[in-house]
Amino acid sequence: MTTDTIAGTVVDLDDEGFLVDPTRWSEDMAAELARRENVDPLTERHWQVVRFMRRQYEETGSGPNVRMLAKLSGIPVKELYQLFPKGPAKTAAKIAGIPKPRGCI
Amino acid sequence: MGETIEKVSIIISKGSLEGVYPGLIMANGARSEGIEANLFFTFFGLDAIHKERLEHLKVAAVGNPGMHMASLIGVLPGMSAIATHMMEKKMEEHDIPGVAEFVEMIADSGCGLYACKASVELFGFSDEDFIEQVEDTITVGEFYGKAAGGEIIFT
Repeated sequence: MTTDTIAGTVVDLDDEGFLVDPTRWSEDMAAELARRENVDPLTERHWQVVRFMRRQYEETGSGPNVRMLAKLSGIPVKELYQLFPKGPAKTAAKIAGIPKPRGCI
Repeated sequence: MGETIEKVSIIISKGSLEGVYPGLIMANGARSEGIEANLFFTFFGLDAIHKERLEHLKVAAVGNPGMHMASLIGVLPGMSAIATHMMEKKMEEHDIPGVAEFVEMIADSGCGLYACKASVELFGFSDEDFIEQVEDTITVGEFYGKAAGGEIIFT
């Protein structure tokens, strides 16, 4: 675990760079978290995914995997990978300040 | 963070339902972790990309100790169909996609799908027999070329 300052807020990050405490997240942090994942700039379409992940987490307690993300958000798998080449669910979860989705599918 | 895997090439050589899924899950899992992935279908594994066969993969009811069922019962007509049906039902309950949807999703995720040339010739298949997501039919040498610099997993 490391401590870091993101957009002026001091937060704890786990070994993979996920926020340890999702309640510390604010939308102001998203752009900097995205830059760290080489998602730059963070477009409105990226935001749609990030907000969706955040909402799913708040409603269900975990972020969806790629398949569920595509199904529920209506954004096709292909486009999700174009937006987040290093893994849509994983990367968007990190930018949204929520834990890494843990499904195997 | 420690060392990471950057690329995997996964070989699917079996044509049973339980033979195909592990490779598909590993390929899909690799892509969702941002790991570059290739899938190489060889021998009976080709059924997983065969247009007419991929929806009809079966669980082996005979000679499959994992079924916890005497082979003598497994030989009864329809046992494989029953076992397959049960497995598919279980998978659906756990939100595991069917083979067709899964393979398409893996292709959409940017994983390369390839058929083994020797097996395609052996079984008398042609490119038209395979789903459109299959990029190419390649030799084992070409497979090693594509796998260069990464891990190879045989299933």
